[in-house]
Amino acid sequence: METLDFLTSNMELILKLTLEHISLVSVAVGLATLTGVPIGIAITQNEKLAKAVLYIASIIITIPSIALFGLMIPLLSTFGHGIGYLPAVIAVLLYSQLPIIRNTYTAINNVNPSLREAARGIGMSPRQRLRMVEIPLSIPVIMAGVRTAVVMNIGVMAIAAYIGAGGLGVLISRGISQSDPRQLVAGAIAVSILAIVTDYALLWLQKRLTPKGLTTA
Amino acid sequence: MITIDNLTKIFETPNGPVTAADHIQMEVPEGEICVLLGPSGCGKTTTLKMINRIIPSTSGRVLIGGEDTTGMNTVDLRRNIGYVIQQIGLFPNMTIEENIAIVPKLLGWDAAKYKARAKELLEMVALDPSVFLKRYPKELSGGQQQRVGVARALAADPPVMLMDEPFGAIDPINREVIQDEFLKMQQELKKTIMFVSHDIDEAVKMADRIAIFRDGKLVQYDTPDDLLAHPKDKFVENFVGDDRALKRLRLAKVSQVMESPGSYVTERDNLSTALHRMEEHGYYHAIPLVNAQRQPIGYVSKGVAKTTGGTCGEHYFGLKAIAHVNDDLRKIASLMFTHDQTWLPCVDDNGVLVGYISQRGITHYLGATYHRDGGVAPLEPMLQQA
Repeated sequence: METLDFLTSNMELILKLTLEHISLVSVAVGLATLTGVPIGIAITQNEKLAKAVLYIASIIITIPSIALFGLMIPLLSTFGHGIGYLPAVIAVLLYSQLPIIRNTYTAINNVNPSLREAARGIGMSPRQRLRMVEIPLSIPVIMAGVRTAVVMNIGVMAIAAYIGAGGLGVLISRGISQSDPRQLVAGAIAVSILAIVTDYALLWLQKRLTPKGLTTA
Repeated sequence: MITIDNLTKIFETPNGPVTAADHIQMEVPEGEICVLLGPSGCGKTTTLKMINRIIPSTSGRVLIGGEDTTGMNTVDLRRNIGYVIQQIGLFPNMTIEENIAIVPKLLGWDAAKYKARAKELLEMVALDPSVFLKRYPKELSGGQQQRVGVARALAADPPVMLMDEPFGAIDPINREVIQDEFLKMQQELKKTIMFVSHDIDEAVKMADRIAIFRDGKLVQYDTPDDLLAHPKDKFVENFVGDDRALKRLRLAKVSQVMESPGSYVTERDNLSTALHRMEEHGYYHAIPLVNAQRQPIGYVSKGVAKTTGGTCGEHYFGLKAIAHVNDDLRKIASLMFTHDQTWLPCVDDNGVLVGYISQRGITHYLGATYHRDGGVAPLEPMLQQA
């Protein structure tokens, strides 16, 4: 009950923090998509390179987020951005690489070889093949990677409050430091709801972006 | 015209180099279908795919219409060659219309033109445009999809087509239908076609020329009839099968073997006239009986004519089967065996008697080509005894 009271009386604050949270995650994952998809496509050309890239991305994702934030403080301090918005975005961008690169790589690699042969045989250039055949067919899997990245990093971003990036993590960290379960629970619930709602929203988007011929029965 | 000049492909494998195609030398004349035939791994598909450079050649040249393709840009080369593969390979993210129009679109045609072309081609492959244009490949059966595959290959009206076992994945009934339709289309389109198959029956049916491959080498390159009549060696002989004489039957039409003009009687003729005509024309068993439109309705047997008096109209037997001038000999042989007949009257499109075809005539036809070089045991005496 107390938590509910807190939620209703602090609606404005929660809304502001939620928007902050969304903005952080969408900027970070947005940038990660812009880098991860081309990287995933590029590494389909070279198996050795692909292994190396995926290996590095896997290592990055094993670094605990709090440690990654810590590591970036001295590095980014040289530009005067040791804490706050920038390190939070960079960390999430790095975390997002693995699901996005891996799904893109797998999707493009798994395009039916006979479709690729047909595309070559009718005289499509490699670029046209990508644009007209391989990428459209890969969209469901690439989008699934983006969704994974978003949902995962909504959680990670909550911790970024500790380096002053804002977002719903602020409620959680305050709740802990002030021994205030109302704030703590409110923050946790808000993060969870945000993750669930975003996942559904992206699932809807994924279905919208998937070429019609792949879904009709 | 496709000219293949010393075309060779050597694959480097962990176990050393493998020669998949060994100095292949052949020419497909303008407007003909050439079937590349052989067991798997014989080099037929490799040879086909070197023409549009899906597989790069190790050495040798390919000329299309007399022009060396070696220096040509790969993308331009492929856009001028229709390509049909067994797996069909329609793009699932595109509608049937988009699939067919893809090459014209790549070539920069304007939308109205390539849309009209898609519609025209869909009609040509016997699919209703109003039903299929906006559908997706997933919604079509395998046979329908391959019709679209053929339409897509024809879209930019390329002079040359490469087909890699195009009908291999289609069920036998639909395959026959599609083959027939394709041959009918080819009669008008007159494309120069290379067609890979592993099925001798398909090859005999589709080909103007058959190229038999073995271990990367071109063993024999001949018309289907020559190939069946004169296999070059044991391998080709085994490959075309023990029943190659029967396969040849499919290649000849009744009109090629028919004896004409045939003699006949009408219902009003006397049996003695019938007997007289049989003897005059050397008919051993019977003579056809025709109506006023000269359509065969029965026959008078020699036995009856010899022993009985009266008119033919009173003593004729009904016909069990009739041959049409455009039927192939395989159908005729089948009719003869089914109805235990040694001859059949032949009719034209109006059902008018134009001659007759006999087992002896068929045997003679097959025998004439077998005897040509004496290399193969003649079939004729055997059938005559039977």
